[in-house]
Amino acid sequence: MTEVKNLEELFQAKVDAELKIEPKDWMPDGYRKNLVRQISQHAHSEVVGMLPEGNWITRAPNLRRKAILLAKIQDEAGHGLYLYSAVETLGTTREKTVEDLLSGKAKYSSIFNYPTLTWADIGAVGWLVDGAAIMNQVMLCRTSYGPYARAMVRICKEESFHQRQGYEIMSVLSKGTPAQREMAQDALNRWWWPSLMMFGPSDANSPHSAQSMKWKIKRQSNDELRQTFVDRTVQQAEVIGLKVPDPKLKWNESTQHYDSGEIDWTEFNNVVAGNGPCNKERLAARNKAHDDGAWVREAAMAYAAKKAKKQAA
Amino acid sequence: MSENPNNWPLWEVFIQSKRGLDHKHVGSLHAADAQMAIENARDVYTRRQEGQSIWVVPAVAISASQPDDAAMLFDPADDKTYRHPTFYQMPEGAKFI
Repeated sequence: MTEVKNLEELFQAKVDAELKIEPKDWMPDGYRKNLVRQISQHAHSEVVGMLPEGNWITRAPNLRRKAILLAKIQDEAGHGLYLYSAVETLGTTREKTVEDLLSGKAKYSSIFNYPTLTWADIGAVGWLVDGAAIMNQVMLCRTSYGPYARAMVRICKEESFHQRQGYEIMSVLSKGTPAQREMAQDALNRWWWPSLMMFGPSDANSPHSAQSMKWKIKRQSNDELRQTFVDRTVQQAEVIGLKVPDPKLKWNESTQHYDSGEIDWTEFNNVVAGNGPCNKERLAARNKAHDDGAWVREAAMAYAAKKAKKQAA
Repeated sequence: MSENPNNWPLWEVFIQSKRGLDHKHVGSLHAADAQMAIENARDVYTRRQEGQSIWVVPAVAISASQPDDAAMLFDPADDKTYRHPTFYQMPEGAKFI
C-alpha cells in the first residue's frame, strides 16, 4: 500500500514538473480509466461527427464546396483513427473501444445528435462546432499523456481549415439573397446553444474536473473555455451581420467579457441521456456500417493469410 | 494479440517527411497486411504532403526498453562529460577547432 502511495507521489511529481506520461510509465488506475473514457469519447465524436456532414456531400451547392466537404470529412475519419490509436496505448483493444460505441455504452459529443437540415447548417457546424472543438483541442495539446498530446497537435494543425471553411459558407450566405441570409441566421439560431453545451457542465457541476486538472489531463475549466469561445464568436458574427440568439448577451466593461444567458441544462441532459433528435439514427448508422463491413474485414484477413502462406512456400 | 482472428493486426507507422531526413514515428493503425498498412498510412498520416516515404512495422515486432531500466541504461552517461566537445579547454587564439 505504501509502495502504491509512493508511486503515486512520483507520478504526480512528474505531472507537476510538466513531464509527459508515456504508455509504459506507471500511472494510477484512475488516471488510466479517465483517459480511456475521455480519449475514446473524443474518438467516437470524430467518427459520429462524419454523419451529419456526410448528409450533405451529394447536395453541396458546387464542386468546390463538395471537394472541401469531402476533405473535411476524411480529416474527421483520420482524427478518429489518431485517437483510437492513442486509446490503444493504454492497453484497451480497438475492438473493445469500437464495441462500446456500437452498444451505446460509450458516449460521444451530444452535438452530433442534432440534424443538419439546410446547407447553412454545414457552415454553422464548421464555424461553431469545429470552433468549439478547437478551443478544447488546443488546450489538450498540452495534456499530460504523451500519445494524446501528440494526436492533438496533429489534429489542431488540420482543424483550423474546418472552422474557416464553415465561416466562409456563413459569410457568403449572409451576403446573398434574403432567403440565403435567413437560412444562415436560422442555422446560427439552432446551433448556438448546443455549441455552448459542447464545453460540458458549468464548473460548479463538473465533479471530475478537479481531478482532471490535478492530473493535467485538462488544463482549463469548462466555463473558461466557453467564455473565450463566446467572446471570439460574437465578434465573428458581427462581422458577417448575423445575430447571436441570446437576448441577455451583453459586453461587460468591468470583466472585459460578454455576459450571456443561462444554458438550458435540461435539454443538455436529455440529449446526453439518449433523447436527442438523432441519437438512435446515429447509432443505427454506425452499427450498419460496422456490420456491412464485416465481410470486407474477414476477406482481407483471409487474403493476407493466403498470401503469407504462398510466400512461405 | 486479439482473440478474434478477423481483427486486423496493429502496425506502427514511420514517415520520412523529406528526402535526406530520417523516418519518424507518427502513430499506428490496423491493417490486414503490410501493403494495406502502407496504403492506410498514406490516407491517415500523409493527407497534407507530410511524407515522401513510409515504413510500417508490425507492432508486435517492436521491443522497447522499460521505464524502470532507465537509470541503469542512461545514468552512466551522466558523468562522462568528456564525450562532449565543450569539455575541452582550447588555448587562446587557436582557430578552426
